[in-house]
Amino acid sequence: MAHGSPRNRSGIAAAGRLILRRLGSALLTLLLVSLVVFTISALLPGDAAEETLGQSATPEAVAALRHQMGLDQPAHLRYVRWLGGMIKGDPGQSLVANMPVGQVIAGRLPNSLTLAGLTAAVAIPLALAIGILSALYRDTGLDRALNLMTLGMVAVPEFLVATIAVLVFSVTLRWLPSITVVREGIGWAEMLRGYAMPVMTLACVTVAQMARMTRAAVIDQLSRPYVEMALLKGLSPSRVVLVHVLPNAVAPIVNAMALSLSYLLGGAVIVETIFNYPGIASLMVNAVTSRDMPLLQACAMIFCVAYLLLMLAADVCAILANPRLRGQ
Amino acid sequence: MTPTVPLREESMLKPASTAASRVRHWLSGLPTSGRVGLALVVLWLVLGAAGPLLAPYDVGAFVSPEVFDSMSAQHWLGSDYLGRDVLSRLLSGAQYTVGLALASALLASATGAGLALTATVCPRWVDEVISRFMDTLISIPSKVFALVLVAAFGSSLTLLLLIAAATYTPGAFRIARALAINLNQMDYVQVAYARGEGRLYIAAAEIMPNMIHPVLADFGLRFVFIVLLLSGLSFLGLGVQPPNADLGSLVRENISGLGDGALAILAPAMAIATLTIGVNLLIDALPGRGRRITGGR
Amino acid sequence: MGAAQDHVQVSGLRITAPAAGGQETPIVNDVDFTIPKGQVLALIGESGSGKTSIALALMGYARGGCRLAGGGVRVGDTEILTLDASQLRTVRGNRIAYVAQSAASAFNPSRTIMDQVVEAAVGRGLISRPAAEAKAMGLFRALALPEPEAIGGRYVHQLSGGQLQRLMAAMALMTDPELVILDEPTTALDVTTQIDVLRAFKRVVRQQGATALYVSHDLAVVAQVADRIVVLQRGRVREAGDASQVLEKPADIYTRTLMAAARPSTQARPHRPAPQQAPPLLEVRGLTAGYGRVEAGVPKIPVLRDVTLSITKGTTLGVIGESGSGKSTLARVIAGLVAPASGQVLFQGQPLAPTLSGRTREQFQRIQLVFQNADTALNPAHTVSRILGRPLAFYHGMDGRARNRRVAELLDLTQLPAGLADRHCGELSGGQKQRVNLARALAADPHLILCDEVTSALDTVVGAAILDLLAELRRELDLSYLFISHDISTVRAICDDIAVLYAGQKVEMGPRNGFGDAPVHPYTDLLIGSVPEMRRGWLEEKEMAATPPPLATAQSANLCRFLPRCAARVEGLCDRLPPPRIVLGGGNELLCHHDGQALQHLQRGRQSAVSP
Repeated sequence: MAHGSPRNRSGIAAAGRLILRRLGSALLTLLLVSLVVFTISALLPGDAAEETLGQSATPEAVAALRHQMGLDQPAHLRYVRWLGGMIKGDPGQSLVANMPVGQVIAGRLPNSLTLAGLTAAVAIPLALAIGILSALYRDTGLDRALNLMTLGMVAVPEFLVATIAVLVFSVTLRWLPSITVVREGIGWAEMLRGYAMPVMTLACVTVAQMARMTRAAVIDQLSRPYVEMALLKGLSPSRVVLVHVLPNAVAPIVNAMALSLSYLLGGAVIVETIFNYPGIASLMVNAVTSRDMPLLQACAMIFCVAYLLLMLAADVCAILANPRLRGQ
Repeated sequence: MTPTVPLREESMLKPASTAASRVRHWLSGLPTSGRVGLALVVLWLVLGAAGPLLAPYDVGAFVSPEVFDSMSAQHWLGSDYLGRDVLSRLLSGAQYTVGLALASALLASATGAGLALTATVCPRWVDEVISRFMDTLISIPSKVFALVLVAAFGSSLTLLLLIAAATYTPGAFRIARALAINLNQMDYVQVAYARGEGRLYIAAAEIMPNMIHPVLADFGLRFVFIVLLLSGLSFLGLGVQPPNADLGSLVRENISGLGDGALAILAPAMAIATLTIGVNLLIDALPGRGRRITGGR
Repeated sequence: MGAAQDHVQVSGLRITAPAAGGQETPIVNDVDFTIPKGQVLALIGESGSGKTSIALALMGYARGGCRLAGGGVRVGDTEILTLDASQLRTVRGNRIAYVAQSAASAFNPSRTIMDQVVEAAVGRGLISRPAAEAKAMGLFRALALPEPEAIGGRYVHQLSGGQLQRLMAAMALMTDPELVILDEPTTALDVTTQIDVLRAFKRVVRQQGATALYVSHDLAVVAQVADRIVVLQRGRVREAGDASQVLEKPADIYTRTLMAAARPSTQARPHRPAPQQAPPLLEVRGLTAGYGRVEAGVPKIPVLRDVTLSITKGTTLGVIGESGSGKSTLARVIAGLVAPASGQVLFQGQPLAPTLSGRTREQFQRIQLVFQNADTALNPAHTVSRILGRPLAFYHGMDGRARNRRVAELLDLTQLPAGLADRHCGELSGGQKQRVNLARALAADPHLILCDEVTSALDTVVGAAILDLLAELRRELDLSYLFISHDISTVRAICDDIAVLYAGQKVEMGPRNGFGDAPVHPYTDLLIGSVPEMRRGWLEEKEMAATPPPLATAQSANLCRFLPRCAARVEGLCDRLPPPRIVLGGGNELLCHHDGQALQHLQRGRQSAVSP
């Protein structure tokens, strides 16, 4: 590589350019995603007009409605119209709820975000602690026990975790409600009781993934020569891990966090269904069963936006954590 | 040829190892957790393949007067919400779960690895096109992607197989591509290019053999993800449709027995858990599996 | 404290490594030595001799899975091997300090250098942070580092290898240690950098009055720094004694082998064939190559700039340069792996297509590439016979028995046992792998072999055997080589012509004899003068090369690349005009503003190091 003096360049500008490039790439991906989502849903046999009017409708009525809804236009025009609506915040009319998709989602999105936020608040510190602890005590009994635990948590289906939790805490012990009620004006205690089981179930899966990635990232760094050097300087193992290793493991750890957090929105389908929680993922399942395409497309796009935002945030963290990339 | 001076190495030559001795050697290197995992995997593969033959009763037959019966000599795992034999239904369900997931994971891993090799040895623009497309697919969360596909195409067995494969191909591609791109820079591959070798030879003979182990480990992970995805879909009523039933469907249809802690719901749930934990234990114990790159499930 | 004459005492040291089946194999056996206070002891050995394991044992440290199984290590009054983990922490990085082989990877990439330099001293509360920084800057200055006040604020990726190695020495000396362990501290450096770093180390360690253990494989380097020498082979001491005794009158046969291998013999070199009228075998004309977008024939990041050279059939052209000089890229361009931005490569008078896709199978066959590192150059999934059989099938369509017979012949030709054919290359030793690597090139029946640092990754003795093999093959098979190396003595030993690359520019080219004596290009002069000689006192006799002041203006693209480091540069000429190509009486062609007489005058002091 060329040597050059990096200090001559403006470091912040270099990092900024890098981040802008990532942003541009994310936007391009989003555009392509919208194309994929639109194409797949356009392959459906039958369309919204038929769905709305039902089986008994006359072909004339269907054709009339189709024209009214603009469904008789060529696909690329419909795509452009749909995309325009998405950008303006008007993803169309929900066929089942018979109200604008925007409104349906607006009623559900805050619930999903609350659930995701609470789970993240529990899961991230826990995962970091488990991951770092098992890396620090690598190949000891503690590490093996934690490893087995996270392995089990990753491998067990959520509906099993959720059903066992219901069995234990609602049915047997009667401590917690088996469904989570969301309404205005409930007290903190009531709310926490209601959220306890969904959060626990979601945390189970995400903690395990994040902890395993954290451990792997830390252990990967532990084999580097600078770690041996730090030990030969007489530093304690905990200082070596916290001060020397962690700054270098930020990128993979943050990436794992972003992946897991994106899972909290779209992957919460089963948890939302079991606990009857009015989130956006169960809304999407309803859209699938009722084949409410405008709603389905909007939900899918929301999840993709969330994923891309989280990945972008992880990228920015990685850039800022790396002196080479932040152009020091 | 002229006889060479016998050097030290010749006396060290080992007799050609037989397949059996190699397997034994491999097993002896496996830690306990790995052997447990291997046993579980083999058990479920056998049950998945031979399940219906082993089933004591017909899958759909109402054989017990009691619903949610507990263990008995006639019904080892009790009866379900309609009084059918849980063991027979479990064995039949395992066939769907294991078979579908195995086929999907094979398809996903093979497609992913094939595309990755293509992207590696072909001109840059090919790589850019494939990578961009896969990056797009991977940014649709897997469950969401599967749901959209189910909504669009329905959920027959073939479609479920294809949907699960399509959902996990981008992840398999990403990992295989990272491996292949690294290997492509190795000196021995560069030597092969400089020898004038064709792309097909380089991909198949020089790169492939050196990425097979990590790709196999990744295949195991994909299998686990797909088992969980298909079970989840079935649990939501969007997966395998009645009268067929996979393990996820069994959990769903017996959900009313949850309050009583019925075997009919615990047995299939535990079946899924032992299958996925088994595969994970095995992969985890594989020697030199290198840096594991896990994707989201 | 013990007797003044033995500050450090190692007795009966045994270190074991884990082996298959839960067994342990010894890697260090019954090693004894002592170091008097304030002296430098050198541990000499090839890879696998256990020298680094012994050095680390002095700090009570054993690498991955190894175990300090027996014996004793005393430093001052402390029995190191009896200390527990927390007691060891008070000794490491305090009384005993360590300088690692590759500073580039031993410094943490995401923390500033200063943070790491003062960490051990400040963390123990020995000194306040500001005082520690002031002390560090003093050490930076003593080690002749540029910008001693500011350099601590930088990160690893902003510093050169030589600077990092000196910064690591500063880090070691922060706590005024009584014992400093230097583990191959200059091995990863270019030879012209090594000499400065060695000098700085030697001065500072002397000033501190510290005892030092210097680990190295290079006898000539050790000759410059050591008071005592211990020669190791496979974990045992072969010879120990005063440096002058070991270097001048080595008692042990192994020591003599090492010394012989360190001086490449020129006897195996075949005579240059008579000049022919035919076009040269290979011609490179005005070659520019690099990475990034190409504009007007120049890539964004140029690696080679306007390089012209040629190889006559049956001769060897040596290409020498330090890391980053573009010498490996040259081989890749000729092989077709990297497309040139401009310029031409001609083979037997025919222009070669810039990329692989335009070349014929005949052209592929006649030019073969042999890489430096046989570990990565041989496919670990294939057996030796498959590796050698592929070019036979590919170029010559051989199969079955004919192919097997030819594989056996090739093994014989490269002096490998026939039984190796069924082995995977992971089971071979380093030297065997490199022979297989060579045999694969021979399988093609090439006219030209591009050898890219083929001996650099090998131990000296093994490397010398490979050089002998190359010379023998050349004689038997009428081969030509392009021999790329960073080591001028190797190149002078086996090549007929030599080209010197600096930062992608060919600064000098000519017959080997032209490199024996002044005048040569100022960079060649620096290069030749930097190779340590295997005698004590060479470093002291070697006058400090006058380091030129930094350039006032930024260097523009077409000026001499060596300008910033050139001690002979002329202000107002060299920094304004591109250098012309001049031809000296000895046939050497130079890229320099000076003429032969001026260079002769500048370089008169230099002795002739080689008798051609």
